[in-house]
Amino acid sequence: MKRFSLLVFFIFILGGAWYQADAYDYPLKDPYVATVIGTPTEFQPKLPEKIDYKLLSFKVFPERDIPSVFWYQREFRYSLTYQKVEAPLIFVIAGTGSSFYSSSMIFFQKIFYQAGFHVICLSSPTSMNFITTASVTCLPGNSIADAVDLYRVMTMAWQQVKDRIKVSEFYLTGYSLGASEAAFVAYVDEQKRVFNFKKVLMINPAVSLYSSAKILDDMILRALPGGLKDFNAWLNRVLGRFGEFYKEMGYIDLSHDWLYDVYKTNFKTQSPKQENLATMIGFAFRISSDNMIFTSDVMTNAGLIVPKNLALGSADSLYEYFRATSTTTFVDYFEELLFPYYKAKHPELTQEKAIQIVSLHQVEDYLRRSPKIGLMGNEDDLILTSEDLVFLKDVFGSRAKIYPYGGHCGNMSYTENVAYMLNFFKN
Amino acid sequence: MKRAINLTLLIFLIFMAGCATAPVQKEPVIPAKITVPENEVPEKQQAFYAYDPWEPMNRRIYNFNAVFDEYVFLPVVRAYEFILPKFAQTGVSNFFNNLWEISNLTNSLLQGKIVKVFNTFGRIACNTTVGLGGLIDVATYEGVKRENEDFGQTLGFYGLGPGPYLVLPILGPSDLRDTGGLVVDSVVYNIMLDALINQLDMDDTDEDILKYSLTGLYAIDKRHKESFRYFMTGSPFEYTMVRKVYLVQRKFLIEN
Repeated sequence: MKRFSLLVFFIFILGGAWYQADAYDYPLKDPYVATVIGTPTEFQPKLPEKIDYKLLSFKVFPERDIPSVFWYQREFRYSLTYQKVEAPLIFVIAGTGSSFYSSSMIFFQKIFYQAGFHVICLSSPTSMNFITTASVTCLPGNSIADAVDLYRVMTMAWQQVKDRIKVSEFYLTGYSLGASEAAFVAYVDEQKRVFNFKKVLMINPAVSLYSSAKILDDMILRALPGGLKDFNAWLNRVLGRFGEFYKEMGYIDLSHDWLYDVYKTNFKTQSPKQENLATMIGFAFRISSDNMIFTSDVMTNAGLIVPKNLALGSADSLYEYFRATSTTTFVDYFEELLFPYYKAKHPELTQEKAIQIVSLHQVEDYLRRSPKIGLMGNEDDLILTSEDLVFLKDVFGSRAKIYPYGGHCGNMSYTENVAYMLNFFKN
Repeated sequence: MKRAINLTLLIFLIFMAGCATAPVQKEPVIPAKITVPENEVPEKQQAFYAYDPWEPMNRRIYNFNAVFDEYVFLPVVRAYEFILPKFAQTGVSNFFNNLWEISNLTNSLLQGKIVKVFNTFGRIACNTTVGLGGLIDVATYEGVKRENEDFGQTLGFYGLGPGPYLVLPILGPSDLRDTGGLVVDSVVYNIMLDALINQLDMDDTDEDILKYSLTGLYAIDKRHKESFRYFMTGSPFEYTMVRKVYLVQRKFLIEN
């Protein structure tokens, strides 16, 4: 009898799990399609078209001499959206290479504002503005150092805005690399206690920066059997196709909705080729890492892409540097710039150790025993290995919400995901 | 005379914007570790290649535009958006869209695109009358979408290539062909506008004031509709990316 009830119990639980998996109705089941298209508006929660926000800035290092090629990067920039009444303040950290102004960030700004929070959006430590104005080493990628940099600008931003808003408590979130960084920022906060974050949500984090970057580095080559030299031909082919879609649809804006329309009308019976989607994702990542590598190289005068000691002017052509950077990967950056920098300071450091330091394994114990930190992820996230997924489930246990699909960040603006996020912070 | 002074001022400002471009070289330059060998991929087969012989000047103008945007253009646009209610802003956009249909009409005609000619003609008739002189875009509600044709596209349609890439002061990315096209379209537009204003039976000074105000308002409306913000792509290679996007987009437009 006991056994029977146990069986019933299990069937019930499993049934519940099945039912839940089925009930999750994010429309794009292919992780590559999901990652490229994201969430079309019709599957997003209703949002205001435009909300008021302030673009704010300050100097983090007043003494810093920013090279004239970055003449337009005078100050660290971020955005604030605030309520007229007392409310929680949430910090949002952008993904790799993204600024506080990217479309995903504007989305987060809107949903948290609509839910009654003050919102501060922060650019990724890997973005140009952050590297030039707010990073001590100008070499992003070392998680703890990045978190300390982030914590500094968060504290300064808070100083700048605290007279105009009434804050009840502090929350923290981020997506992709920004999610991994949120974990380290929360860790730093445990010692410094400026914010004493009440809750922290990591959305589609990378477990190991190195292995996720490697996955993305390799993706660009998936549709290029002959290597990068075929990229132009591939791009022209894809642009040609996009030209046809434009003719068909009468407009082109590369938005989630446009891509979804193209997908629905042209790929009903036959899925888009996975290798093309992979190359698109890889290309987007390559552009982000190009931006970062060039910026770090110039800021540290490392002589990797730009000749050492060459003083670039504000109107100098950067085309040849762009081409040179395009041949380098994030892993090259790690091996050529980031690792040597720390190796020079700590001669005993090995590459294996460095890779370990820039992964969530470094703060595993902290994540295990911190009930305030939650995780939202996807079973089919392209930047995670199967070991990464096991690690996340093991470390976060019941604090992990893993959706069956969504790719990398494809479903983060889906109605159900947004409801989960808001619910996480509100309860 | 007044125009001449404005032009001098403009050139001076661009010069100033370009001034910060020659930093002093202090230490000996050591070659970079990673370079792309010349001729590894022929120039024209590089993904972001563009014929841009005037790049140094273009980059200076690009930087000037960014500064102008930050200190003049955007503050004016923000004030405009703050003062005018949203429906009025839409009205202004519709009004100028309707006036500029002249370019869609003439250029669809020149390219022999009969459907576009009819659509555009219908839109003008409908929006000018039912739409109260163009303030309301009734035609779009009725499902007749606005075409997008200009003389640059007409030239492209008949096989003229873009020529050198060109960044125009304040107006932004263009190329030699499209700049020529823009001049032609503007002449046609101004002839039409003059004819319309003549109908109003005003004295000459009032006519001038009206015309300048319309030009100013048109510029504000145009910037108001454009979401692009300089140096917000987060890429140090923004100039190259914008150039690529401009040229691809023009190619698409010409093919349609």
